[in-house]
Amino acid sequence: MQDTLFYIFSALTLLCGILVVFNPFSRNPVTSAMFLVLTIISMSGLFVLLKAFFLAAVQILVYAGAVIVLFLFVIMLLDVKEEERRRFQKFGTFMGLISVIGLAAIIINTTNQTFTIANQSEVQSIKETFNQSGAAETKPLGKLLFTEYVLPFEIVSLLLLVAMVGCILLSKRNTSKEEAK
Amino acid sequence: MNIDLEQFLIVSIILFCIGLLGVVVRRNLIVMYMGLELMLNAANLALVSFSHFRDNLDGQILVFFIITVAAAEVAVGLALIVALYRKRQTTDVNELTSMKL
Repeated sequence: MQDTLFYIFSALTLLCGILVVFNPFSRNPVTSAMFLVLTIISMSGLFVLLKAFFLAAVQILVYAGAVIVLFLFVIMLLDVKEEERRRFQKFGTFMGLISVIGLAAIIINTTNQTFTIANQSEVQSIKETFNQSGAAETKPLGKLLFTEYVLPFEIVSLLLLVAMVGCILLSKRNTSKEEAK
Repeated sequence: MNIDLEQFLIVSIILFCIGLLGVVVRRNLIVMYMGLELMLNAANLALVSFSHFRDNLDGQILVFFIITVAAAEVAVGLALIVALYRKRQTTDVNELTSMKL
């Protein structure tokens, strides 16, 4: 059952990821954003399979709820018609495809070799601990977040404040300076 | 469950490469940003699967922080794109070649 779910979710993630980048039917950024939502939701399904329930919820809330809405607002502010008229540059696409496929082949090969070389008994022991554990992990996650990682947590909240101030500063029309000119 | 760490890592690698392809090939700034999001998500998937198969929660904490930083990054980046569009009326990187606005 879990294997089938893994294959369904990963196929959905990869398919929608490809459709974000190369959609043969539409060049519209809105379509890309919608497929990004599907990618993120199926990836949160993978998180559930990995027993990271809290992160699955956060993934859907933050990405599908906030980031994609932000993308859609910005796409509405800009001109999408221009993008639809553009074609792919053949040479650039071809070279990009070759180099990225080469990179993927190298990394996958390295991963395979690592798993072949790795000590089999160690892999076995990891599998055993994995089969024993299975409790809900949200409570220990919260405990860890508010004890050991409380300083990074506060720093991240400061980062969010800085991002908010930066956004307001960047998107505000600079009227006083233009009047002075 | 017969699925190993290796299968999750391969999904994550392929997703990362799709995101990289989006950044390299597409010329629209917004779609390039979506490629960046895909790459960050791939890294998150790798970290969560490491954390699960080692039975250690530190990876999940790191993913939590990555999601927060990615949200902040997207907000600032999209504000920059809007500011750029106001000046130059385009989001195509082929036309944004001069540093002077």
